[in-house]
Amino acid sequence: MNKIYGSAAEALDGVLADGMLIAAGGFGLCGIPELLLQAIKEKGTKNLTFASNNAGVDDFGIGILLQTKQVKKMISSYVGENAEFMRQYLSGELELEFNPQGTLAERMRAAGCGIPGFYTKTGVGTVIAEGKEHKEFNGETYILEEGIFADLSIVKAWKADDTGNLVFRKTARNFNPPAAMCGKVCIAEVEEIVPRGQLDPDNIHLPGIYVHRIIQGDHEKRIEQRTVRQREEA
Amino acid sequence: MAWDRNQMAARAAQELEDGMYVNLGIGIPTLVANYVGDKDITLQSENGMLGMGPFPFEGDEDPDLINAGKQTITELARTSYFDSATSFGMIRGGKIAAAILGAMEVSEKGDLANWMIPGKLVKGMGGAMDLVAGVGRVIVVMDHTNKHGESKVLKECTLPLTGKAVVDLIITNLGVLEVGHKGLHILECAEGVTPDEIRAATEATIV
Repeated sequence: MNKIYGSAAEALDGVLADGMLIAAGGFGLCGIPELLLQAIKEKGTKNLTFASNNAGVDDFGIGILLQTKQVKKMISSYVGENAEFMRQYLSGELELEFNPQGTLAERMRAAGCGIPGFYTKTGVGTVIAEGKEHKEFNGETYILEEGIFADLSIVKAWKADDTGNLVFRKTARNFNPPAAMCGKVCIAEVEEIVPRGQLDPDNIHLPGIYVHRIIQGDHEKRIEQRTVRQREEA
Repeated sequence: MAWDRNQMAARAAQELEDGMYVNLGIGIPTLVANYVGDKDITLQSENGMLGMGPFPFEGDEDPDLINAGKQTITELARTSYFDSATSFGMIRGGKIAAAILGAMEVSEKGDLANWMIPGKLVKGMGGAMDLVAGVGRVIVVMDHTNKHGESKVLKECTLPLTGKAVVDLIITNLGVLEVGHKGLHILECAEGVTPDEIRAATEATIV
C-alpha cells in the first residue's frame, strides 16, 4: 500500500472537512507541520478546532489559519506569541480551552492508546479542576482528564521510510508523536523519505502503524527566539 | 542592602545537590545554571530534553534545538531527547528532583500564583501547573514585594492559582523562607537585612 503523496494538498484530499478536530505537532515554531498548515489555508476549510500546544505567530504556523478565520477553537497551553489570536479571542470570535502542557500531551497520548480518561494531580485546586471529577488515591486528590480523539493528525518529522516509520530530530520531536497517535488519520510531512531498510529499526521514534500518509518537502524551519553567546566567553 | 538577581540565583543554586535532575523556569531561575559550580546537575527542558546546554555561538543556531522559552540552545554529551508526553511523564511521575520558578504571589500555605492576572492578557500556563504538581521540590525565586511595595508573600493568594500547597521554599531579595505547617519560617536573611525587616515586608504569617 502506498503511503507517499505528491504534495500536502494531495495528502489532505478526502480527509479534510469543515468543523473537524485536528491534532497538530510542534512546540512554538519548532517541529510544526508548516506545509500541511499552508495547504489547509489554501483549501479554505472552515470551523476547525486545533489541539496544539501553541498557535504559531501571526504569519507562520497555525497563525496563518487565524488570519483567514478558519479556526473556531484552540486547545492549547500557551498562546502568547500571536497578536491576531489575542484580537480574535478578546472579541469573542475564537474559543480557547487552556490545558496544562503535560495534560494536553497526555490527553493525546492516552487517546492514541485507547484510554478515554486518566487521573492527574496537575491543576487540582485551580480553575482547571472546576467541573471535573475529583478522586482520591492513597490520600491524594486527582482530577479526571479526557483523551483527545482527533479526526485528523498533522505532524512534522525529520525522516520517514516509505512504510511511515518516523525519525525526529532533537527537540523538534515534542508534541509530534502524541499528536500523531490520537488521530483517525495521520499525515506526516518530512524533510526526507528514504526506502524501507534505510532507517535503523532500533531507532524508529514513531512506528509507521500510526502514519497513514507521508509527504516530503522543503521546510522554512523558522527560529522564534534566536539567542547566542559570544565566542570570547568560551 | 538586599540580594540582587544574581545573588538570589546563587542562593537558589545552593539548594541543588549533586546528581539532581532539575527544571529551571524563565527569568531569574534561568540564571541559577550559572552558579551550580562543580555539582553534577542535569537540566530538563520540558519541550523534550534532558541535559540542556548553553546558548549556541552565533552561526551555530539550530531551529530543531530550542528550550521551553523557545530560545535556541545547545546539547551536551549527556543529552537525551524525547516527546512531550514522555517529558511530562517524568515531571508528573516525580522523577525531576526540583523546579525553580518565578512567581507573582505565594501564600503561607505554599499556594502559588504565576500564570494569570484577571483582566490582563492571558497567555496560558504552559507547563507550570504540571511542574508544581509533579516535581519533588518547588523553589520560588522572586522579589519580596511588587512594584507598589506590597508583599508578594501573602496569607492567601489573590490571583488564580497555578497550584495549591505546592511551594517548599521561597527565595527573595530579602532572604529565604521555608513553608511550614503553621506558617513560614525565616531560614536566612540577605546580607544587611534583619528578620524584623523581613516580617515588616511580609503579609503572611511568619512563625
